[in-house]
Amino acid sequence: MNGEELTEQETALYDRQIRVWGADAQRRLSKSHILVYGMKGTVAEFCKNIVLAGVGSVTLMDDHAVTDSALSANFLILPDENLSHGKTLAEACCDSLKEFNPMVHVSVEKGDISTFGVEFFEKFDAVVISCCSLAKKKLINQKCRKLPKRISFYTVDCRGSCGEIFVDLKNYKYSKKKLEETIECQLEYPSFEDAIAAPWKALPKRVSKLYFGMRVIEQFEDIEGRNAGQTSIADLPGVLKLRKELCETNSVNESQVPDALLERLLIGTSEFPPVCAVIGGILGQEVIKAISGKGDPLKNFFFFDAMDGKGLIEDISKPRHS
Amino acid sequence: MASEEQLSAIKRAKVLMVGAGGIGCELLKTLALSGFQDIHIIDMDTIEVSNLNRQFLFRQSHVGQSKAKVARDAVLRFRPNISITPYHANVKESRFNVDFFKEFDVVLNGLDNLDARRHVNRLCLAVDVPLVESGTTGFLGQVTVHSKGKTECYECQPKPAPKTYPVCTITSTPSKFVHCIVWAKDLLFAKLFGDKNQENDLNVRSSDTGNSSEHSVDVFEHRKDEDIEHYGRRIYDHVFGHNIEVALSNEETWKNRNKPRPIYSKDVLPVKMTEENGDTEKDSATDDVSVMASLSLKNPQDIWSLSENSRVFLEALRLFFLKRRKDIGNLTFDKDDQLAVEFVTAAANIRASSFGIPLHSLFEAKGIAGNIVHAVATTNAIIAGLIVIEAIKVLKKDNNNYRMTYCLEHPSRKLLLMPVEPYEPNKSCYVCSETPLSLEVNMHHSKLRDFVEKIVKGKLGMNFPVIMQGASILYEVGEDLEEDMVAIYAANLEKALSKLPSAVTSGTVLAVEDLQQEFSCSINIKHREEFDEEKEPDGMVLSGWVEAPVDKDNNNKPIGNGESTSNALPSKEILECEKDVEIQETSEGTETVTRKKRKLSEVDESKNQKKPEKLDVDDEDDELFIPDDWESLIKKRRV
Repeated sequence: MNGEELTEQETALYDRQIRVWGADAQRRLSKSHILVYGMKGTVAEFCKNIVLAGVGSVTLMDDHAVTDSALSANFLILPDENLSHGKTLAEACCDSLKEFNPMVHVSVEKGDISTFGVEFFEKFDAVVISCCSLAKKKLINQKCRKLPKRISFYTVDCRGSCGEIFVDLKNYKYSKKKLEETIECQLEYPSFEDAIAAPWKALPKRVSKLYFGMRVIEQFEDIEGRNAGQTSIADLPGVLKLRKELCETNSVNESQVPDALLERLLIGTSEFPPVCAVIGGILGQEVIKAISGKGDPLKNFFFFDAMDGKGLIEDISKPRHS
Repeated sequence: MASEEQLSAIKRAKVLMVGAGGIGCELLKTLALSGFQDIHIIDMDTIEVSNLNRQFLFRQSHVGQSKAKVARDAVLRFRPNISITPYHANVKESRFNVDFFKEFDVVLNGLDNLDARRHVNRLCLAVDVPLVESGTTGFLGQVTVHSKGKTECYECQPKPAPKTYPVCTITSTPSKFVHCIVWAKDLLFAKLFGDKNQENDLNVRSSDTGNSSEHSVDVFEHRKDEDIEHYGRRIYDHVFGHNIEVALSNEETWKNRNKPRPIYSKDVLPVKMTEENGDTEKDSATDDVSVMASLSLKNPQDIWSLSENSRVFLEALRLFFLKRRKDIGNLTFDKDDQLAVEFVTAAANIRASSFGIPLHSLFEAKGIAGNIVHAVATTNAIIAGLIVIEAIKVLKKDNNNYRMTYCLEHPSRKLLLMPVEPYEPNKSCYVCSETPLSLEVNMHHSKLRDFVEKIVKGKLGMNFPVIMQGASILYEVGEDLEEDMVAIYAANLEKALSKLPSAVTSGTVLAVEDLQQEFSCSINIKHREEFDEEKEPDGMVLSGWVEAPVDKDNNNKPIGNGESTSNALPSKEILECEKDVEIQETSEGTETVTRKKRKLSEVDESKNQKKPEKLDVDDEDDELFIPDDWESLIKKRRV
């Protein structure tokens, strides 16, 4: 995509979505660069969505080898041995994604993302990470925030029938139309580290229990030195013990983090495709909004639980004066 | 959630998908990934370029091919060992009868029109197979579950009628751009390029009715050897100049309205076009004919000036005659016909200019004229995920956990995805509860044919009706009818109701049935002498058939299903829970809509809540819009 106007090809292809967000937004999308880390089912959905939307480029990172379990919720990887043999997850997904929209530049970056310097992230407008430990999430978030350029940062994780999205847009300014006027909006987002440092007691009573559930599991993995998602039902006793400690430290009732929920999160290490579609869709919309500067972005957590069917937003941040 | 029991229920299941478009592609993919192994999919459409921004199973090279078949091939690439049976066909075909439907464990709709949805609803009721319905528009979407006897059927709640406009608004007193579009498309375009035998209301009503000798047909006909540009200017001057002057002569009309101004081509484009444009014969193949290219109007989002619109008008007309002569006389407006879109845009804009209505770009005009539904991939993906979650509950017979889920653009009480408990069947639903309807009709004037077309097929959505009074069959359709019966039925159609062989009188009950849908209903006939021509143009009023009120004079959201269903707006209504507020929504375009408020319940509330406004949103090009009803308005004789 070059020049300022959308080409005839783009206008024809993107007609239906231009009617949703306008030509200006489409132009901005076409100039954007997205980094994606961790190519599981939900992220595959997300990538499909942004490629179809017509972003400028998508850079994929995941050096894991293609395995059978990777195929279970990831429709970008074709089971044909010849096609995926010897490839990493990112490489296997790359070819499929290109097909969805030849105008988007899709590529693979290899290596340990934790070791990449701040300069690496500078070329991106949005960074989306999945399957990351607590430490990695904090690290990458900080690197993105260090840059003077504003980078939209997201984490996404699905466990069984539950999903969580975290959004950090730093200092985000955008405008929107209300009736006949255009109003300027500004939102300030906390980093992941700051957000989760919010004392549990200070949070509203009806905050989604899924928030707490995810934090407990996250802490457990951190303490035990596990990779993200590397848990099983056998860990339940250890997890329940940790929950007790965390609830005591935070002066909240253990019922805030029900047993049944923790069990489901522990068992659900594989992804449930319908939840991948839902979360990948919501995340796709968020990134499109942030890039195009159009539409109220969510702040700052999104949770979905297929069991009760609610998809809700929680605004979690450390109070200014604790 | 992925228990053994669940996995095996999924594996064994036989699923029918109706629709392989926006929702269909996402749904087929998610079903396959979720472990479904026997999927059937019906879709009558072929792939178009504008589908590719979201129907990701399709590629540029597939344009023109069957959606159902290509979708199947694409999914088999990543799930080679499952069975997907595609049908490139219309779900209303007779082969998709009760025997076909009863084989499935669940039916999943990803349709784009009300008609097909009602049809599938009835078949599912007939065979007692649960139906999961869905729809999306832009960022909004919903999923609903319908299980006979347990929940509402799809037709238990009213679905708003398509937006219609009074004849005189279109022919004489437009106040909105959409009125100009309807005029340009269904009157002018139809008159110039469509079937000459169609009645057409193009001339404005004037107080001077003595001009019956000047039949409008003569004015619009291209005279032998007439120079095309001369013809074009003549038409231009007639519709934008002369007709406006005639309208102005009727003072009454303009007492409380802004007067239009007549526009003549010589004032807007004084110089002959062919001299200006020089050699325009360099156009390529007939198929690619377009005015914009030759006039260097590159950007479809630009709003053209009056003179640019006038140029487009004349040039488009000229190109139709020069390059597409054979099409003239049998064209209907098609949004993918570039030249037609250019012509209609220009004509609508010139008329708008005359009436002081803001002009619109080709992009906007095309959306309005073509009833284009705006659509993105993400909403479809979310909805597909929610459909599969409900489908799995159906298979597990988990009917206490069925939900309706609304996908909102703006959160309501923190919720972007809002689950709601389904409602019990509506006891007055004429589809699933067999409540009788009432029809008021002038039995001496209205014929059986009117009843069949407007009521039985039109409003009740039956395709192959049987109409009986007691034991006598007044009318039926079928393949194996005897010739003499066919003749009797044909004769019956032309008779006034009161003259039918079995003496249909006021108070008679007629039984109507559609054998394919296995749907029957009874109608009490009541005689009434007078009907209001404007408000009741059909001369028949059906009651007990629940139709939501249509706000005739409000701004219409022109894009997509917009007005035609409870639409996009319920999200705002859900937001304004428990308050009686008028909802305003400013869309991507320039229209605003005001909707009536209805209250809503949420999942945690008890069942005794008021019902929510049904969020019936449609994907794709929804034909519920202006055209259908408009034609009946055009065809109506004027006094």
